[in-house]
Amino acid sequence: MEIVIRAENLRKQFGDVQALKGISFSIARGHCFGFLGHNGAGKSTTMRMLYGLSTVDHGYLQLLGEQVKLTPPHLKRRLGVVPQEDNLDPELSVMENLQVYGGFFGLSYRQARERGRELLDFMGLSGKENANVEKLSGGLKRRLVIARALINRPSIVILDEPTTGLDPQARRLVWQKLRTLKAGGVTLVLTTHYMEEAAQLCDELVIMHEGEVLAEGSPAALVTRHVQPYVIEVHLPREQIPPDIVEKAAAFGGEAEQMAHALFLFSKDGKKLWQSLAELGLPQHACYLRGAHLEDVYLKLTGRGDNLI
Amino acid sequence: MMAWYAFKRHLTVFRRTWWSNVAFNFIEPFLYLSALGIGLGAFIPQIDGISYIQFIAPGMAAAAGMWAATFECTYATFIRLHYQKSFHAMLAAPGTVAEAVTGDILFGALKSMLFGLVILIVIGLWGQIQSPWAGLIPLFLLLPGTVFSLLALAYTGITPHIDYLGYYVTLFITPLYLFAGIFFPVSSMPAWVQYLAWVNPLYHSVEVCRALVLGNIYAALWLHVAILLAYTVCLGWLPAYLFRKRLIT
Ligand SMILES: Nc1ncnc2c1ncn2[C@@H]1O[C@H](COP(=O)(O)OP(=O)(O)OP(=O)(O)O)[C@@H](O)[C@H]1O
Ligand SMILES: [Mg+2]
Repeated sequence: MEIVIRAENLRKQFGDVQALKGISFSIARGHCFGFLGHNGAGKSTTMRMLYGLSTVDHGYLQLLGEQVKLTPPHLKRRLGVVPQEDNLDPELSVMENLQVYGGFFGLSYRQARERGRELLDFMGLSGKENANVEKLSGGLKRRLVIARALINRPSIVILDEPTTGLDPQARRLVWQKLRTLKAGGVTLVLTTHYMEEAAQLCDELVIMHEGEVLAEGSPAALVTRHVQPYVIEVHLPREQIPPDIVEKAAAFGGEAEQMAHALFLFSKDGKKLWQSLAELGLPQHACYLRGAHLEDVYLKLTGRGDNLI
Repeated sequence: MMAWYAFKRHLTVFRRTWWSNVAFNFIEPFLYLSALGIGLGAFIPQIDGISYIQFIAPGMAAAAGMWAATFECTYATFIRLHYQKSFHAMLAAPGTVAEAVTGDILFGALKSMLFGLVILIVIGLWGQIQSPWAGLIPLFLLLPGTVFSLLALAYTGITPHIDYLGYYVTLFITPLYLFAGIFFPVSSMPAWVQYLAWVNPLYHSVEVCRALVLGNIYAALWLHVAILLAYTVCLGWLPAYLFRKRLIT
């Protein structure tokens, strides 16, 4: 498997803030690689380093086979970038935005218009060509930014929270398009706050926390590695939860975790634990049994520190 | 190349707004020429052997060039830099900060030329152009336009908030405007002001424009051009350096 992005021990300091504390990752060609993490975890800092808005001061970054300190123009030519903040030209129409941006890559306005039409179609924006960008809804703007990022037929697309602010339909449309791109051999680098998005799209992901990588792997592997297959969510106020719940649950083969201000009971055998709820002192109507997923891993790994028990 | 693409981007935007932009600029010099040239001029016999309106008209073209570059490279650039994030968009494409900034300099210089040209047309219609040499003025204005773009971009590059841009205009550009020999000859001022005028880029621009309008061509004009070139060379690196600090973290 060819590695197109390799980072070793990347660190970044902004004054007193250490935004990255030595992160490492490798991204294979044609994969979708995700970055999860709380606000301020360092995801955008990492993305900016990849696409040439931030310098690599400490550590090593290799992009498409070249070591970079600040991603040079000839490598940026092969990237598509969807920044966290939309930076469309509000004074221009949808098509003019694509033309101008295509112009940055050396496309003539005519070439950019042809390519732009395809991309508007692709992103479900056909018919909007002459719309004023300022008057587009937030979700349509986001889709336009994604369309714009593809104007140069990039081999790597960096998407910093591409679907934030999109409605469920639009989000799924974007997922579908990203899958299509991936099927065409494009490497995707994605940050998101949506666990479902990461689980659906990413071959490989890292969970970041305060500038560090806490865990890495495929969504399924992370779930297997870090949590048990079943989980019971307990929706009860804190004072109604038995104080010795950790020990009690352990006695029934369960593992109690206080995460994000709620109680979760993990177990290999969900049914068995469910049937023991009465003995644990928990009313069934306040509990919910389901299979464990990526969000549980995320909460478990990053939720440390807000344990309330 | 990116500098050219960035410049093209500015032209694309300008194409949408140029008419309202330029038409508005016919009005101001017209007002100045009538108020000062006719009104005030009635009390002023002659300056250096020409009527007052003849004296001030060429300076208006030079000043228009300065204002155009100044506003473009302060407010317009600031908005692109901090609100619209256009520089970030360009930097995600294959370009460098220096190239993106050069796009702004080129556009500032072009606007200087266009707005100077508008004034030239007004004073021409007013019958205040004495020499075909005046035809060189638009081309010449690219040079002071570049200097004023560089100065404005340097200030924009260190400005933390849009409100501070006003200080640049009132504390820097306005004094340059008033003491550039547009409204009265610099030679009427105390010696130290005359020395100061020599560091005022607008003074050099005014001297050249006036000479061209009047057809009063002499070798020392090259000295004014040389000083403006020296400004361009000395300041050329500064905006890119300051913008890099802003944009690349
Ligand atoms: N240019 C900068 N100057 C100073 N501090 C910065 C700068 N850029 C980022 N930071 C800080 O670095 C940390 C990481 O920020 P970053 O934007 O990478 O987070 P993020 O994971 O993208 O968060 P979010 O989910 O909110 O987008 C934050 O504490 C942020 O305040
Ligand atoms: Mg971010």
